[in-house]
Amino acid sequence: MARLDERSTAGKPLPVREHARLLVIGAGPAGLSAALEAARRGVAVVLVDEHPVDHALMGLDVPFHFGQRMGGAVRNKSRMIETIAAADERIAEAFEAGVDVRLGISVWGLFSPRPGLRWLHGHVAGLSDGESSWFLSFDAAIVATGRRDVGLAFAGWELPGVMGVTAASTLLQRYEAFDGRALTILGSGVEATGFAKAALAAGREIVALIEVGETPRDPAGCAELAERGVPVLTQTMIARAIGGHDGVESVLVRRLDGDAADAREELACDTVVLATGAAPVIELLDVAGAEIGFVPHRGGYVPLLDADGRTSVAGLFAAGDCAGIWSDKTVDPAIAAAEGVRSASAACDELAGGTTTMWQPAPAAEPSPADEDVEDVRSAWVAAAMTVADAGTHLCQCEEVNLADLLGVRPPRYLSGKDGERNSHDLAALAADGQVSQDQIKRLTRAGMGPCQGRRCREQVGAVLAKATGTPLARMPLPSHRAPVRPLPLSAFAEDHEPDLLARNWEGWFGIASQWEPFWTLSSDAASTEDRP
Amino acid sequence: MTASHDRKGADVIVVGGGVTGLSTAWWLARAGVDVMVIEKGIVGWGASGRNGGGATHHQSPLFAEEQRLWPLMDELLGYPTEYQPKRVRMALSDAQMDEFRIGVDNTRGQGFPAEWLDAAQVREMVPLAGDNVRGGVYYERGGHANPQRTVQAYAWALQDLGGRILQHTAATGFERRGDRIVAVETSAGSFSCNTLVLAAGPQTGILTALLDSEVPVTPARAEMIVTEPLPLMPIGGVDGNHLYGRQTLRGNLAYGGGPHEWLRPEDDGVAARPSSPLARNVAKRLVELFPKAAHIRVIRSWAGVIENTPDGRPVIDRLPTAGNVIAATMSSVGFGLSPATGRAISQLVLDGRCDFADLSSFRLSRFGNLSPDWREERGWLPPQTDDDDARAA
Repeated sequence: MARLDERSTAGKPLPVREHARLLVIGAGPAGLSAALEAARRGVAVVLVDEHPVDHALMGLDVPFHFGQRMGGAVRNKSRMIETIAAADERIAEAFEAGVDVRLGISVWGLFSPRPGLRWLHGHVAGLSDGESSWFLSFDAAIVATGRRDVGLAFAGWELPGVMGVTAASTLLQRYEAFDGRALTILGSGVEATGFAKAALAAGREIVALIEVGETPRDPAGCAELAERGVPVLTQTMIARAIGGHDGVESVLVRRLDGDAADAREELACDTVVLATGAAPVIELLDVAGAEIGFVPHRGGYVPLLDADGRTSVAGLFAAGDCAGIWSDKTVDPAIAAAEGVRSASAACDELAGGTTTMWQPAPAAEPSPADEDVEDVRSAWVAAAMTVADAGTHLCQCEEVNLADLLGVRPPRYLSGKDGERNSHDLAALAADGQVSQDQIKRLTRAGMGPCQGRRCREQVGAVLAKATGTPLARMPLPSHRAPVRPLPLSAFAEDHEPDLLARNWEGWFGIASQWEPFWTLSSDAASTEDRP
Repeated sequence: MTASHDRKGADVIVVGGGVTGLSTAWWLARAGVDVMVIEKGIVGWGASGRNGGGATHHQSPLFAEEQRLWPLMDELLGYPTEYQPKRVRMALSDAQMDEFRIGVDNTRGQGFPAEWLDAAQVREMVPLAGDNVRGGVYYERGGHANPQRTVQAYAWALQDLGGRILQHTAATGFERRGDRIVAVETSAGSFSCNTLVLAAGPQTGILTALLDSEVPVTPARAEMIVTEPLPLMPIGGVDGNHLYGRQTLRGNLAYGGGPHEWLRPEDDGVAARPSSPLARNVAKRLVELFPKAAHIRVIRSWAGVIENTPDGRPVIDRLPTAGNVIAATMSSVGFGLSPATGRAISQLVLDGRCDFADLSSFRLSRFGNLSPDWREERGWLPPQTDDDDARAA
C-alpha cells in the first residue's frame, strides 16, 4: 500500500486568494481587445497591467530601460493610475463592460501542472502590488505582455539619460512624465521615427537619429523627420555619452565607413534613446513552460502558437507584441488588437466547453520585405558596439561585465584580489568543447545576474557570444527566465498565509533521518568502526 | 582539446560531468591517468551547479578530508571556487536549537570544534539577524563555495592536465567482455575503457540497471531563491530556520528548503526543473531568518533535480556484476564533499581501497534485501495528478 511522503509536495494545498475565469495579462492593444471581446461574450475577465510601475522599480530599469528620465510625478501612484487609465479610452470602456481591471498589479509567475509541479491542480498566477503577493487561479489566460527594450552598450551608457525607446514612449504617452528635453535617438527604424514624431509633437527637441547601417531603416519616416530639420546620420555609432551626476550632456558620435572612419562629432543632448531593437516579453511564457522558438523576422524568441494564439501549455494563449514584433505591427496597433480578439474568441470557446484539438504550432508567417531580420539588425548594432567599446564599457551594468570579461569568460572582479589575476579558459576554448550556453557564461561571468534581471544586457550578451563563436543567433539556446520575473522585496514576496500542513512538514532538506546519522554508529555490517575517532 | 577527441576511449571513463565525476577525473588526471568524462549536457548542469554550496557534512566519513581539502582547492585547481570557511546555524526557537544537537555531536565526534551561541552572540556574528533569534551554533570548519564556479574549476583543471571532457554526449549502453566493461556506447560512438566510473546523478540508477546491478535511487526536484546583493556579512555561511544556503561572495542571499517533488523515472531532467509557488514559502522563512533583509528584493528562483538512495546515504562501490565499474551517488548531498569524494573514488580506481576514510557504509550490498516496492513504501512517488485520477476513474 503506497503511503505519502509528508515532506514532499504531494497533497500540499496552495493558498489561492482569488479565481479568474479568464486572466488577461497586459492592458495594451492586444490585452484590452482580448478583455473586451471576452466580456462581450459574457466571460468574466480579470485584466491586470503592471503600470503604473513603482518608482523604485523604474530606477532599476524594470520593466523597461527608463534611464532615470521618469518625471517626479511617477512617485504618486494613485495619480499615475488615473493618468494611465485616461491615456487609453478603452480602459474606461473595459471598466464599463464589466472587466475587472487592475492597474499597478504585476504578474511575476505562471505555474501549471507538469513534471516537477505535479502537485498543482490547475493554472496559478503569482500577482503582486509591490507590497504583497498572492495567487490567483484561472481557467484560461491570455498573455499580452508586449515588448521591452534591448540594451546596447557604449562608454557612458550607464549615465542617467540613456534609455530605451519603449521606456521613453511609455513615459511620454502613458505616464505623461518624461523628463528628456533634447534627444539623440540611436536607430532609424519605425520605433525610432514613431517615437521621434511623438516627441516632437510633445515639444521635445530631436538632436539626431543615428544609424549604423548605410541607409535609414524607415526611409519614409526619416525623410519626414529630415524635412522637419532632424538630421539622420547613417554609418555612425555613438562612441561615448558624456555627462555628470544629472546625466548625459552630450554624445560623441563616430563615423564607421571607410573614408570618414574615426571622424568624431559631439552632439549636445540630455537624453539618448536606444531604438536599436525591441524584444517580445516572453518571461512569463518561458516560466510557464511554453515552447519558445527563434523567428528572425518576428523579433527573435517568441512563443510557438497555433493559428488561434494557443501556446503549447493548454489554456494559455499569447497575443500582441509578446507573440512577435515586426514593423507593420509596431506602426499599426490594430494588428495586435486583432490577435487579442482572435485569442479571446478561442479561449472563450474553450471555456464554453468547445472541443480542444491537439495543439500544433502554426508555421511561422512568411517574412514581408518590410520586416526586419533581428539577426541582421542586432548583429549590426552589436558589431558597432563592440567596435567602440572600451574596458570601462559594461555590457552588464548590474554586475559590471565588459566585453573582455565575456570573451575571456573571466570570473567577476570581486574575486580578482590584489594582482587582478582572474584565471579562466576563454570563450573560444569553451566553444571548442561544444555549444556554448548563455546560461553557463552568465553564471561564470555574472553577465545578466543582477537586479535588473538581465533586461539591459540579455540580448546583447547573446549577440556577442553568437558573434564570437560564429553561431547564428537562432542557434543560441534561449537563456532561462526565472520567477519572480519582477524583482520583489522579500517582505512583499513572502507567503503570508502558509497552510498549517505545509508548515508542519517543512524540512530544510529531504527529511530522511538516516541521512544525517554519523557513519560510525551504523550497524557493523554496514560500517566498520576502525576509523572511529 | 579537440584533436584528442580522435583518440577513441581512455584508460578510465567517467560518465557524468557533475562535481563527483569531475572531481574523480581530476584526481585521476593528477595521478597521471588517461581519463575522459562523458556528459550528456554541459558540465555541472544538474544539481552540481545549482545547489546551496554548503560544505558542512559532519555525518560523513569524508568530512575530515572535506575540511582538509577545501581551503586548498583554489590553489590545487588553479581556478576560483569562492570557498569560504565557517558556518553559523541560527535557531529561532528552542525546538530548532534542539535540532542542532546531532550536528554538534557529529562534529565533535569527528574531532572538530562546534560552539553553542546565545542570541546576543548570534546577533554579533550575523548582522542581518533580528530580535527573534534564540541561539545558534558556530562551526569553525565547514563553509561554502560557488557551485557552478567550482564545477567549472574542476573541468578546466582536468583539461589542463590533459583530461578530456565530451559534452553533449549521452551514454546509451555498455560493451561487456566477461565480467568487465570494455567500452561505453554513446550518442557520439563507442569509447573503450579499462575502468568505468558511473557518477551520473539521477541517471545512475538507469545506467547501473543496464549492468544488472541497479543502484537504487529516485530523483526529486528542489528549489532555491536568490536576492539582489547586499553588503557582505563577516560570515557568509549562515543558515537555519529550516533553510539551507549562504550569502554569496557577491552579496546575494541564496537559500532553499521545503517540500521536494518526487519525479517519474522518465521525466526529463530539464523539463522537471520549473520554479514553483513554494519560492514564496522559502522567502517567508528567509525574512524570519534575516528580518533586517526584509526590504531586499528577490530576483530569481531556480530548481534542481537530485537523487536519493533509500537511506539517503551515498553509494560508492564496485558493481558486483562488472568488476571494473565503480558506481557513485552521493544521495542529494554531493557538492561540498566533492573534493574528498573524488579523491576517494580515484583511490578505489587506482589502489582498490581508500586510505583516508572508511567507505564501508557506502556499500551497495546494504540494499541486498531491498523491497522492489521501496519507493512506494516510503511514499517517494510523484503526486497523483488530475489526469491520473481521471484515468483511474
